[in-house]
Amino acid sequence: MTEAKRRLWTIVGLTAPAYLWLTLTIFLPLSAMLFFSFLVKAPFGGREIEFTLKHYDAFLTKSYLQVLTWRSLTLGFHVTAICIAVGFPAAYVLAKQVRGRWREALFLLVVLPFWSNALVRIFSWTIVLRPDGVLDRAAQFVLPGLPTFDLAHSYPAIVIGLVHSYLPYMILTCYLSLQAIDDSLIEAARSLGASGFTILRRIIVPLGLPGLATGSILIFVPVIGSFFEPRLLGGLQGIMLGTVIEDQFTAVFNWPLGAALSFILLLIVLAILAVSWPLLRGVMRAA
Amino acid sequence: MKRALAMVTTALFVGIIATAAGAAEVRVLNWQGYGTDEPWALELFEAKTGYKVVHDNFNSEQEMLTKLRTSPGAYDVVLINSAFTGQAAEEGLIQAIDPSTISNFDDLDANLRSNPAFLRDGKLYGVAWTWGVTSIGYNEDKIPDPGTSISILWDPAYAGKVALRDDAVEAVSIAALATGQDMNDPADLDVIRDKLRALKSQIKTFWSSEDEWNKEFSAGTFDVAIYWSGSASRSKKAYGLPVGFLIPDEGAIAWLDGLSIATGAPNPDGAAKFIDFMVSPEHYVRWDNDVGAPASANLVATGQLPADAFNRKVLGDPKATANLQFMAPLPDERREAFLELWEETKTYYAD
Repeated sequence: MTEAKRRLWTIVGLTAPAYLWLTLTIFLPLSAMLFFSFLVKAPFGGREIEFTLKHYDAFLTKSYLQVLTWRSLTLGFHVTAICIAVGFPAAYVLAKQVRGRWREALFLLVVLPFWSNALVRIFSWTIVLRPDGVLDRAAQFVLPGLPTFDLAHSYPAIVIGLVHSYLPYMILTCYLSLQAIDDSLIEAARSLGASGFTILRRIIVPLGLPGLATGSILIFVPVIGSFFEPRLLGGLQGIMLGTVIEDQFTAVFNWPLGAALSFILLLIVLAILAVSWPLLRGVMRAA
Repeated sequence: MKRALAMVTTALFVGIIATAAGAAEVRVLNWQGYGTDEPWALELFEAKTGYKVVHDNFNSEQEMLTKLRTSPGAYDVVLINSAFTGQAAEEGLIQAIDPSTISNFDDLDANLRSNPAFLRDGKLYGVAWTWGVTSIGYNEDKIPDPGTSISILWDPAYAGKVALRDDAVEAVSIAALATGQDMNDPADLDVIRDKLRALKSQIKTFWSSEDEWNKEFSAGTFDVAIYWSGSASRSKKAYGLPVGFLIPDEGAIAWLDGLSIATGAPNPDGAAKFIDFMVSPEHYVRWDNDVGAPASANLVATGQLPADAFNRKVLGDPKATANLQFMAPLPDERREAFLELWEETKTYYAD
């Protein structure tokens, strides 16, 4: 066997299980959902199969669905932006400033939220954010006489809950990019008289960009489809496109409309990626 | 799959009781833990009539209907929600009951015992047993006089202090009651949409479970909220919350359970006696005191509860049952239309 052939077989052997698994668990259900989205009714209980485009048409004709899509996208941008603002500096400190045991301990703290159930995390926020809740009492303790604030059942509550859930993704992906930066690059820049801000702007951010981009995608995509976090934390602000999709599957038996709305969301995500990818690549190449 | 499983278990069940047949038995089909299977009650019934009671359970209305269809002759008494009594009678799954065999029949609330859902061609197919409503819970301490109208939900005095359950059918039903429409088939959805939109400044939040209702109520998040009668009774009795419960003049969303006799029942006499015992004050008073029960259709039974019992004080008033609207099964299209209206309205709330 030639070297090239052996290489090929190694690649196939090592990756085949993963791709087979992905095909089975992602591609097949997604195809089934795509098929459903063109049906009049979910094909259960011996219903006849009848094709239609009306569920996609619903999105174009019903303005509240468009309003909700915009709400979900806005939520995605807000959560991702806050995750970048909080996660990137944290990742930098972890990658470049902290060493040894401390780094391990801090890493543990970052990953800790993942150890608890997502629903439990969100429920605990409802206790923290309500008036006379944990946060309110702590604020009153530090600054007595402060007017009580009520963050429960509001849009900020949704953002807080989601940032808490997704921040670790941003820290971990940024950490991987940032710790790969050669320290001598930064030393060279410093010896050539670059200010701290210039180093950040010209070296750290561009080289950390792959991590930022990966983290942003990992956060933005699930957040725009989120449903139980807005429902539990948002009160009157809790309706998003994700909750409407959930309702189609749970409250009424309208799988086709739920599937169609999911695919419209997927198309929007792909469009956003298609637009932002050349931009990102340009910045990275410039660096 | 579920249906197949139900059929297999039914077949097994039929096999078991068929071998035991001959002994004087009453075979009951009901939800588990729902009044008919209290051990003390069964002992009492056996002592009175000599009939032994055997139970089989279902987990959904559809399962109950399937069991009746697939094993005729296996059951004597079956619990059927009034929304399904008509369908069961039409399919010939249950038989007409002679009211004169039920000695407590005249004590049953007239609005409930002659509910059209139980009647078919003038014959009785279900005996009204228990009922409950979805209506308005309010904070007794803060609202000493809630009035008698559903318009309390729209009262500007409670702006930002109202909560609804995040449920399309319930929201549409409330607005249908408030605008004088049939909640199961409202004629004018636009009027309902406007009525719901008018709640925008009133609603503080939505609730989704009894536990959440109690937590938010005690935290003072809301003072007036849609609530279930059984839960309101528990909140007051078990948690000591100052919950008042209002059944407005415009009516409330109600459910009603009846007891029926299956077609081909092996022991029709035992079945009638068992139903008579179930609707009697003797059974109900102990059930409510010891375990906690829904409201009884039997006015005499309700009258024998302690004076402060929720089921007597709040639901025992015959006026309460006068304007109830009972939930009926909704066709898919209507359910989808309700959901769309509700989602559109919630989008308006969030705007």
